Amino acid sequence: MIAELGHFALIAALFVALAQAVVPMVGANRRDLALMDFGRYAASAQFLCIAIAFAALTHAYIISDFSVANVFQNSHSKQPLLYKISGVWGNHEGSMLFWVLILALFGFAVAAFGNNLPASLRARALSVQAMIGFGFLVFILLTSNPFERLDPAPLDGRELNPLLQDPGLAFHPPMLYLGYVGFSMAFSFAIAALLEGRVDPAWARWVRPWTLAAWTALTGGIVLGSWWAYYELGWGGWWFWDPVENASFMPWLAGTALLHSAIVVEKRDSLKSWTILLAILTFALSLMGTFLVRSGVLTSVHAFAVDPERGLFILGLMILAVGGSLALFAMRAPVLKSGGLFRPISREGGLVLNNLLLSTACATVFIGTLYPLFLDATTGQKVSVGPPFYNATFVPLMIPLLVLLGVGPLLAWKRADILQALTRLWAAAVLTAIVCLFIWSGDDGKSVGAVVGFGIAAWIVGGVLTEYAERIRLFRISIGASLRRATGLSGSSYGMMLAHLGLAAFITGAVGDTFWGVEAVANARPGDKITLGPYDITFDKMSREPGPNYEAEFATMTVTRDGEPVTRLRPERRIYPVQRMPTTEAAIHTTLARDLYVSVGEGNQADGWAVHAWINPLVPWMWIGALMMVCGGLVSLSDRRLRVGAPKRISGAAPQPVGGD
Amino acid sequence: MGRLLYLLPLVIFGAIAAYFAAPILSGKDPKTLPSAMIDKPAPTQTLPPLVDGKPGIDAAALAGPVKLVNFFASWCVPCRAEHPLLTRYAASGKIRLYGINYKNKKEEALAWLAELGDPYERIGFDLSGRAGIEWGVYGVPETYVVDAKGIIRYRHVGPLTQLVMAETIMPLVEKLEAGGGS
Amino acid sequence: MTPKRRRLTIVFLGLLMLGSATALVLTAFEDNLVFFYSPTELETKNIGPDRRIRIGGLVEEESVGKQADGVTNTFRVTDLTKSVPVAFKGALPDLFREGQGIIAEGRFVKGVFQASEVLAKHDETYMPREVADALKKSGQWKGQGTE
Repeated sequence: MIAELGHFALIAALFVALAQAVVPMVGANRRDLALMDFGRYAASAQFLCIAIAFAALTHAYIISDFSVANVFQNSHSKQPLLYKISGVWGNHEGSMLFWVLILALFGFAVAAFGNNLPASLRARALSVQAMIGFGFLVFILLTSNPFERLDPAPLDGRELNPLLQDPGLAFHPPMLYLGYVGFSMAFSFAIAALLEGRVDPAWARWVRPWTLAAWTALTGGIVLGSWWAYYELGWGGWWFWDPVENASFMPWLAGTALLHSAIVVEKRDSLKSWTILLAILTFALSLMGTFLVRSGVLTSVHAFAVDPERGLFILGLMILAVGGSLALFAMRAPVLKSGGLFRPISREGGLVLNNLLLSTACATVFIGTLYPLFLDATTGQKVSVGPPFYNATFVPLMIPLLVLLGVGPLLAWKRADILQALTRLWAAAVLTAIVCLFIWSGDDGKSVGAVVGFGIAAWIVGGVLTEYAERIRLFRISIGASLRRATGLSGSSYGMMLAHLGLAAFITGAVGDTFWGVEAVANARPGDKITLGPYDITFDKMSREPGPNYEAEFATMTVTRDGEPVTRLRPERRIYPVQRMPTTEAAIHTTLARDLYVSVGEGNQADGWAVHAWINPLVPWMWIGALMMVCGGLVSLSDRRLRVGAPKRISGAAPQPVGGD
Repeated sequence: MGRLLYLLPLVIFGAIAAYFAAPILSGKDPKTLPSAMIDKPAPTQTLPPLVDGKPGIDAAALAGPVKLVNFFASWCVPCRAEHPLLTRYAASGKIRLYGINYKNKKEEALAWLAELGDPYERIGFDLSGRAGIEWGVYGVPETYVVDAKGIIRYRHVGPLTQLVMAETIMPLVEKLEAGGGS
Repeated sequence: MTPKRRRLTIVFLGLLMLGSATALVLTAFEDNLVFFYSPTELETKNIGPDRRIRIGGLVEEESVGKQADGVTNTFRVTDLTKSVPVAFKGALPDLFREGQGIIAEGRFVKGVFQASEVLAKHDETYMPREVADALKKSGQWKGQGTE
């Protein structure tokens, strides 16, 4: 019965969404407050309906109700509870339901907390939000109903894909979706602003926290996915430029650009139509992220739902949403009044350059991802575009961006003196030079890439610290006064610093792994010894152990360095009998300097086991850096000025305009 | 000039959308491939028998009267779910039921049949899954209706249910038998 | 600076960026596109040892073995018409099986395909698209080659 209730709630949500799409829009055009206000109630009702539907599906998973086809396909009675729950979104139907749930949640948030917004802007934004919701609800009900029943009910389920039974991947899709859908807010507000014909700093102040929240979630989601690929696939790598990975990376790049350009709108009332365009494009790329994974147009190691009919539906939806909004953009954007002027060399100018580089980088990823499809469709020739392509296109675009990152925050708004800014960066330059020399002398391979990479990381750290020292006037006023200034700095300033430092840490890890990684492959039997760089790995034994819903085979290995014990590793192979699928669980020993990574392939006593071992230098810094970026986003979000509806803080602590970007 | 600039994103998007739609609309997707097996001759590769004394499957068997070809495996839970239904229909004599044992060790498959009963008239043994590839099987269970000329007429993915049997498969079987498989 | 001049500067910068990106992409395509061939297509094409390519098909039955070093796997990839010998050093993916569809990336060295990467299909419902198309082209996908 509960599943039917969920289905019914979903149908109800569809009608509520339809009303929410139409009524407030009409109200805004007629300036009828009552009609506009209807949007708020509808948004709450829609959220409630979808929440009921989602709860019903989750309930079916928890009690293992295999009469529901979706539960039967993706769950098993012996599956641990965590994976029963993550099974809800670990499949096509459930993940779409999750998608609209978040969409409705954001709509609800606008309704609940948007009291300081102009009534017509809020009404229009809610209406646009509901249009998206309506499209996806139709999609779910027509092609992907998660509540379909099976009769007679099977005895047990087919189990969630074992690769998805993992803590990293349990939370990867929800985070990713939180990011994708979060950008719908920027989109809805962009459309609403186009309809209003007005974009002003107040608009940007409202849009920015949502964009920031979405960006933070998306960052977290991408990193979780990358981390999962790193330890679960057993290939030692963490980013493969796989089309599905790219699909989530493109909205991230565009979203990062949007985050920065929205600052210019907020602070300087400038770059309006560009920001609107970015908001549309970011959401379009988010939709494409959904579309690419769902349609099977791209096949890749990650795709877990392949269905052309659904793909066609989403494609139609996308053409309607994106084509429509770009048409609206073409009509209405020229009307937007342009605001504050600035010189090319200024904070604004720097942010423009940042935006250009980020969107160009995004475009190269876009081309690399879609070109194989294009070639296949036109000539039938099959090609693949791999990491070398991205190393030759994406990386060269990132280098100027990262160099600029060190300088940009030191430039003044409106007009700046580049020489003066560079002079202030002397300490950062010295730091960079020292790091470069140090790397060059210590690196046996003498790779230019490593020097450039570490140099850039040092430059960013130097730039961020210099800017911080300037803000608190370190050494120019007393230490106590500096400390007071430091505590007075806004959350968004600290958020920005944290995120930029995180990026530097991330680069450190990525560069270290790329240039200094060591690996060894061996066929080994218990008793054998494998040499990996300075380490000796002794294969002690192979043992078996049953897990809750799998059989595990463990290898026990002792790692020593110059005879001194380092650690004991237990790489594992699992066989999931229900899906008849083996998985590899790598064993990783982590220190701040490196990961020691061992995975075991198939084998037996007679032929031995294939053992693949890596030293991945500095990789932990990638995860630390990513975590810092996420924390930066969160710290920035905690800033009172970004909190919607919060009264303006009265404070004399920040006399200069404090730009948080 | 200024206005044209604002139109540019729309134009670029239009071009991209068109080329995106093309591969899907032209039906090049991998999933559409196997279902093209409908109304095509069933693969005639000879499969050795699974059970001693019971024939396997070959071209001659497939050319015989209308039959259901059911892919099953002992490791497949839904196969167990549909098994009583198949047994009932096979016992009633309304259908001829052939089985193809898919990616299964012989002893496991035999134990499974011993436990649940063996409703099949013939069983082909497909340890490697090669027959599965040729028939275009996504997973087990899957059931095909093959007419008297050895042409595949219908395919059901997943466990059979009473509803599917009564409303889709039986009417089709009766029609094919009456019409001589035209 | 007037708004018009500013916009011109931005547009100019944008075009410059786009131009350099296009140049980057084109040169990268020149060197880094990896083409896919089925074993049958390889017969007719003469591919030099410098060219990185992808091949795909099914792992031939009873062709999987190991070289004397114990870590190099050898097997043959077939589209059921022709087959190609492949060598791969390292751990094969979890789902590598005889009769399964796989894709290998690498180069030809003395008639043997030296793979640097082997991808296997992920589950029962998913066959690499290239492999499916290659099988279809060789006429083996539908048993008797009806299309």
